[in-house]
Amino acid sequence: MCLAVPGKVLESQDIGFNRIAKVQFGGVTRKVYLDFVPEAGVGDYVLVHVGFAISKIDEAEAQRTLALLEEMGAILDEGGE
Amino acid sequence: MKYIDEYRDGKLAESIAQAIRGRLTQPRVLMEICGGQTHTIMRYGLEDLLPPEIELVHGPGCPVCVAPLEVIDQALAIAAQPEVIFVSYGDMLRVPGSRTDLFRVKAAGGDVRIAYSPMDAVRLARENPSRPVVFFGIGFETTAPANAMAVWQASREGLRNFSMLAAHVLVPPAMRAILASPACRVEGLIAPGHVCTVMGSREYEDLARDFHLPIVIGGFEPVDLLEAIRLLVDQLEDGRAQVENQYVRAVTRTGNLAAQRIMEQVFEVCDQKWRGIGEIPASGYRIRAEFARYDAQRVFGTGQITADEPKECISALVLQGLKKPSDCAVFGARCTPEFPLGAPMVSSEGVCAAYYAYRRHAPGGPQ
Repeated sequence: MCLAVPGKVLESQDIGFNRIAKVQFGGVTRKVYLDFVPEAGVGDYVLVHVGFAISKIDEAEAQRTLALLEEMGAILDEGGE
Repeated sequence: MKYIDEYRDGKLAESIAQAIRGRLTQPRVLMEICGGQTHTIMRYGLEDLLPPEIELVHGPGCPVCVAPLEVIDQALAIAAQPEVIFVSYGDMLRVPGSRTDLFRVKAAGGDVRIAYSPMDAVRLARENPSRPVVFFGIGFETTAPANAMAVWQASREGLRNFSMLAAHVLVPPAMRAILASPACRVEGLIAPGHVCTVMGSREYEDLARDFHLPIVIGGFEPVDLLEAIRLLVDQLEDGRAQVENQYVRAVTRTGNLAAQRIMEQVFEVCDQKWRGIGEIPASGYRIRAEFARYDAQRVFGTGQITADEPKECISALVLQGLKKPSDCAVFGARCTPEFPLGAPMVSSEGVCAAYYAYRRHAPGGPQ
């Protein structure tokens, strides 16, 4: 139940008390509440759980993690293990 | 899809597994807390990539599984009332209560509906002003902000027919209880990434210190989990016991403060009963007195319903990492996803359901 899926914010607007976005997950688009991530804007990726974005995905951190892992893989390959 | 595919890369996974094999010097028992992580481990066969000296045991991180029987019975009692629209996440519908389940209540004419979000229940309340609409608000810290927002929204709109049967559970107090047990063999923890997205990694610092236990906040894709295991093995080999964050793309030390604020406003911490484990102090949320009008337990007076857990199901031991589903005499025989004896066989995050889906035909596994 703690499943949360990353999706891309296509557009957002204030409706009533809430900030509501259209978010794309692969080929599917859904309505998502942005009330907990006021900093998220169009083009950002957010992590969505039960209709609410619970965080904006940190692009720089994501890139850094992958770069470190790839580097580790390359070093192991060179070591001939 | 971005932020998913790259974390399912087989070559990357193999290189992390290789690094683990190169570092590990002795057998280790690690626990992943979250049921979503358990399912990734089973689905991608991560245990087969890891050296056999690493044993993974599975934690209590399935809110459907740990919801006490009496809360299920309360839900069933409310859902069976003729005027009520009872709204729930789909996972709850097949969870067995003492005598029946929500599916059967629905089959018998109860108006039970599945929702994707608690805000769907608020919308139903708005659209059906003459009928009580009750949302089954269950979940860990990940889900609590959305559920709190539903109550908050109903209150702001002045909806008088909306209420929530709340059964929220909190991870750190439960982990403290499990780690304090003399039978606990866990040497390192993978902490639940999405719970920490909301609450921050700082909530786990006391646990790491008090139990001298390495803790890594982990994501949910195979590469995330292998990397979390690698970081735990590094800590164990170095003799360190710290909180490290593998899931940096979604978790910060302080978490989501806006989400925490709405939870604070609507909920307060309470002692909470966990299915099979019993009452754990300060391990749940209940609706604050200011929002009593939205508390289904008070509205329907179901707080007095109690129930005894079935004896045959060993889920209490499974949820504490003391037994595995394959140790259970009725697993896959008299207990299956179609005819479950316990919640872990039903939920999409339940550990028994994971073993049933991915491991029941494995060599040496239960048949």
